[in-house]
Amino acid sequence: MSKLPKTSRRSLIKSVGAGALLASSPLVGRFASAQSGAPIKIGFQQHSTGIGAAYGRWYGRTTEAAVKAINDAGGINGRPVEIVAEDDGTDPKRGAEVVEKFANQHNCDVAFGTLFSHVVIGSAPSAGEQKIPYFVVSEGHHVASGGLNRYTLQPGITDVKSQVQAMAPYVADNLGKKVTMIFPDFAFGHDHRDFFTAAIEAQGGEVLEHIAVPPSETSFTKYFPKIPRDTEVLYHVMVGPAVLTFVKELGEFFGPSSPAIFGFIDSLEAVDLASPGLEFLEGTYFWEGNPRYAQADQTSHDKNFRAAVGVDENGASVSDPKDVSTYAHMFGCWETLHIIKAGMEASGYQGPADRQKLIEAVEAMTDMPESDAHPQGPKVFNGKTHQVFGVQYISRVENGRLVKVHTTSIEDTLYPDETDYTTQSF
Amino acid sequence: MTVDTRSVLLHLGLIALLIVLGLVLPTYHQGNLARILVLATYAIGFNVLFGYTGLLSLGHAMFFAAGMYGCGLAMHLGGWPVLSALGAGIIAAAVLSLIVALLALRTIGVAFMIVTLMFAQAFFLTALYLGEWTGGDEGFVIAQASRQIAGFALTDPLTRFFAALAVFSVALLITARMMHLPFGRVLIGVRENEERTRMLGYDTFRHKLLAVIISGTISGGAGAAYAVLFGYVGATFASVQYSIFPLLWVLLGGMGTTIGPLIGVAFMFYLIDYASGLTNAYLLIVGAALVLLTLFARAGIVGEIRKRWVPWLP
Repeated sequence: MSKLPKTSRRSLIKSVGAGALLASSPLVGRFASAQSGAPIKIGFQQHSTGIGAAYGRWYGRTTEAAVKAINDAGGINGRPVEIVAEDDGTDPKRGAEVVEKFANQHNCDVAFGTLFSHVVIGSAPSAGEQKIPYFVVSEGHHVASGGLNRYTLQPGITDVKSQVQAMAPYVADNLGKKVTMIFPDFAFGHDHRDFFTAAIEAQGGEVLEHIAVPPSETSFTKYFPKIPRDTEVLYHVMVGPAVLTFVKELGEFFGPSSPAIFGFIDSLEAVDLASPGLEFLEGTYFWEGNPRYAQADQTSHDKNFRAAVGVDENGASVSDPKDVSTYAHMFGCWETLHIIKAGMEASGYQGPADRQKLIEAVEAMTDMPESDAHPQGPKVFNGKTHQVFGVQYISRVENGRLVKVHTTSIEDTLYPDETDYTTQSF
Repeated sequence: MTVDTRSVLLHLGLIALLIVLGLVLPTYHQGNLARILVLATYAIGFNVLFGYTGLLSLGHAMFFAAGMYGCGLAMHLGGWPVLSALGAGIIAAAVLSLIVALLALRTIGVAFMIVTLMFAQAFFLTALYLGEWTGGDEGFVIAQASRQIAGFALTDPLTRFFAALAVFSVALLITARMMHLPFGRVLIGVRENEERTRMLGYDTFRHKLLAVIISGTISGGAGAAYAVLFGYVGATFASVQYSIFPLLWVLLGGMGTTIGPLIGVAFMFYLIDYASGLTNAYLLIVGAALVLLTLFARAGIVGEIRKRWVPWLP
């Protein structure tokens, strides 16, 4: 039978003394900082499968590069950043489930990264209910329209309304005032129809004809005779796998003499301009969120961004020239992650209890000068509408390359506020 | 113990088990279970037509979406309260299923599949075309503040879970009871041999008509519940893949079984959830699992259990 140890007064004093010594030692300091040095977990809602997979792949690469850059520079508030990626299948139902998984299963600090509008709109209610900040990189007008909630923000990419509106002055002054629009007959096309029609009319122009193409269409020849003869500018925003057919048939219809043609690069993101059938695009104009080809006046910020993500001067992967990036959009991931970093540092973010402070800190942001954190260009954030505004680019296809011909001002992209999320309670 | 008593005990026991699960599961799985119950309600609706009546519809997403839009638009545009909007969704689905039934039941077999597929595609394109109201492919959000019944917020995880369980339980008990009534027996007769059933003096057209309406209305009820419980309405839910999902769920769980739809949805949900955590090629794993199940459990999970061990399973 063993003796039970007794605690004497002397041994108690020795123990307390030893404890106090240990507590004041550098070892404990390191332990405490290791506790608070747990990674900041960012849930990345990625379109790895489904219609958005090409975008998702490049959003993933950009996100990886941005996190590496942030971690190399010391992380956020001295803590490393960890990305938790989940595929949403480009589906709004799965998107909402993924946001719940970030909040309740992975214990992420914030969610981020969504592109396709229906996934954003389908997931936003979950973000609001789970009270997890949801930073989207979608370019949809859904955030600024006031349709979502205080937990959903779009600080890293401009929205379609401002992009389309900013095109009208250049189109009217340089290409023509009589426009015919060809667009897919669903929300994306309807946004272009409504926003551009109003914008071109404000410039003294007019839309002669709206030609809506059903989304199930695979051949477009029958729509081209509807283009009025006095059309000066043809505005197109076709998307999806049929876009190559669309361009080819458009070329066959017009031959060498066509009106000026203006389109949104969304149609050809991740598509090589040297693809057979796209020769007809020579001399046509495109909106670009960020110029795919490195321009003569390339900034050091764009150079650094390309190098970090692994994109060559033609906008393709450095390891595979056929793997063309979604350059007009993917900078949004880079910039959004840097804004999350800035917001967390401004609010002294420590953990999920500080999520509201983080949102308030981002809402308080205004000017975002062009920098390594904002390589696409300068921006102004509107905290009330949770939407950022920034310069847009217009490029012309010359010798199979997109050459920048115009940069809009930020003022060209502004429109009156349609909501004020700061009046909503958390 | 009679088969009837066993059946009652099974269904009530399942509901009791779900209540316990709802109370003890962590938040994430509680939320998942709420979604699974609503989708299982959709699968129950599909099972009435496919599993019991033997009619394969490839357009059931239109009924789910009709309920969803009927309810969602009533709240979003009309400002209706939840219960009235749910009623509107159910009525919208019932009316649509009556119209579709009257036209589609003029065909049989493969033609019935194609006609339902075409109707669903027309519904989907109409939802896109009427984007001004429906939000088209982007859809719309139902305001969080309006999603409550008698002061109980449906955005609260536990309240949402019990609301989903209530919807599921009603659908489960209705179908379980229906299949014990002569009406349900005639539906099975139609599935097994329609000509013989007609020869016995039953009006098979009327039975099939009612089966489509009941099936479409339950599916629409699930769509309406999805709208109010999860706050989103969009055309994706009317797309063809959402017509294929209930077919997969029912085949996996066991066609013509009452609890098969729930098992099928839960199996598929967690298979995707876990496999996607392992690899980006998770659809390959899902595909392989489906092929294996088709090879080795042709009657589905519950169907196979019934065949091998528990013949009384309803």
